[in-house]
Amino acid sequence: MDFLDYAFMQRALLAAVLVGITAPAVGIYLVQRRQALLGDGIGHVAMTGVGLGFLLNASPVWMATLVSVLGAVAMELIRWYGRTRGDIALAMLFYGGMAGGVMFINLAPGGSNANLTSYLFGSLSTVSESDVTAICLLAAFVVLVTIGLRRQLFAVSQDEEFARVTGLPVRALNLLTAITAAVTVTVAMRVVGLLLVSALMVVPVAAAQQLTRSFAATFAVAVAIGVTVTIGGTVTSYYQDVPPGATIVLLTIAAFVAMTALATPLARRRARAAAAAQPAGDPTECAIPASREAGGKVGV
Amino acid sequence: MTEPVISLRGVRADLGSRPVLRGIDLTVNHGEVVALLGANGSGKSTAVRTIIGQVPAVAGEIELFGTPRQQFRDWARVGYVPQRTTAAGGVPATVTEIVSSGRLAHARFGMLRKADHAAVRRALELVGMADRAKDSVNALSGGQHQRVLIARALAAEPELLIMDEPMAGVDLASQEVLAQTLREQVAQGISVLLVLHELGPLEPLIDRAVVLRDGCVLHDGPPPKAVGQHALPGHDHVHPHAAHDAEPIRTGLLS
Repeated sequence: MDFLDYAFMQRALLAAVLVGITAPAVGIYLVQRRQALLGDGIGHVAMTGVGLGFLLNASPVWMATLVSVLGAVAMELIRWYGRTRGDIALAMLFYGGMAGGVMFINLAPGGSNANLTSYLFGSLSTVSESDVTAICLLAAFVVLVTIGLRRQLFAVSQDEEFARVTGLPVRALNLLTAITAAVTVTVAMRVVGLLLVSALMVVPVAAAQQLTRSFAATFAVAVAIGVTVTIGGTVTSYYQDVPPGATIVLLTIAAFVAMTALATPLARRRARAAAAAQPAGDPTECAIPASREAGGKVGV
Repeated sequence: MTEPVISLRGVRADLGSRPVLRGIDLTVNHGEVVALLGANGSGKSTAVRTIIGQVPAVAGEIELFGTPRQQFRDWARVGYVPQRTTAAGGVPATVTEIVSSGRLAHARFGMLRKADHAAVRRALELVGMADRAKDSVNALSGGQHQRVLIARALAAEPELLIMDEPMAGVDLASQEVLAQTLREQVAQGISVLLVLHELGPLEPLIDRAVVLRDGCVLHDGPPPKAVGQHALPGHDHVHPHAAHDAEPIRTGLLS
């Protein structure tokens, strides 16, 4: 555990753990509303913020936060008003954001695409004190929203039309989800990079739901996977000369594969338990094989 | 309770640039069960979605419990069953988790208290799904999905129930459970607006039918009644051929 002696590793680990918590915590709502790639779109928009940060000599993290929040709000507005051409408008925003980033960083004195690389793919070992402060504040906001408002966000993400009739402020909650996702993207930017951030939002959730039956359990398992892979990836990159961002993402995908492999025997066991508990089944309907529960994997 | 629970006057609504509702009047009085009938594309679902505010009305007045819809905030009095074939979302969720979100109108800051959890349990018992409370909705049949959606609406203990095609894709056993559930709710004085494709097993419950065609009200009055022994009191009209029996009579009455 000698890596804990270095200040840069302490900062890196703290940043990594916070990303491991926040990315799946927001990602679960995006997956639930079937907008799994929203994080990727915001990541592209955030590049303009990074470029602007260099150009205006401001903190790239805060500039990226500002621009990606604006981008997320714009995407949400497009979703409300431009139903038919929504995907095209989103594509404009994605590529406009990326081109803006490249443009601004090259306009900045002494700036080049090389400066962008650490934001695109993450640069955990160069996380500074001020980055850590920013990441801690932003992560606190994300945790507060995703856990404090979980019932409201669950209802809106599950069935927007129904949520409206429960009197929930649907538009405000949609905006809040988009803003929280944007904030998470910038939290994760230094750790896994803008191009890989969406993986940490989506893949832990996808891995968790191979095994889980409830939303609460999916949330908990996804965050546990997120924390495990971010710590694992950070420590691995200390001992082996490998990029931490890519290591973390590959570990997440490995977790998905492992969970999927575990799902089949678990589903069989659940099917047997259900059959033992209810020998007659539901008398009013045909019995549904319980083995369908885990991600539709029916063992034959 | 003199004012109607739902009142629409001259409501128009467009989807895209196409007018879907062309000035409809619709009233549901306290304790009344009203069926909204019509062919596909006649504007039934749009009418309901205009009432709940999902589709904006371009003209006309909508009132809920005597309050203009724009000012209406008392959503705990309304239970809504949207037209769905599934209760599932992109992430697994248990039956209880889904039904609990129906209780949010009563919850302060999204916190469910003991009484709220009890209401969720009662709603599940009403639709006969209490034994599946902890199961993932992904493991349910189409009819069970619909029962979960109805339990979610009943969890609010509403005074008005709005249901959009609650019988679509539901097996006969579930249809009868749903009809029984609705019968109990109506006996307790709940008002109901139902969008239906066919009267089916709910027919004996319906006080009045409003038939739409091309976004206009074509008929507003007693439901297109089956005659003869079907009309006798106490006739439990739940056999599977009901829709076919009723169909020609209905068109006859309307033409």
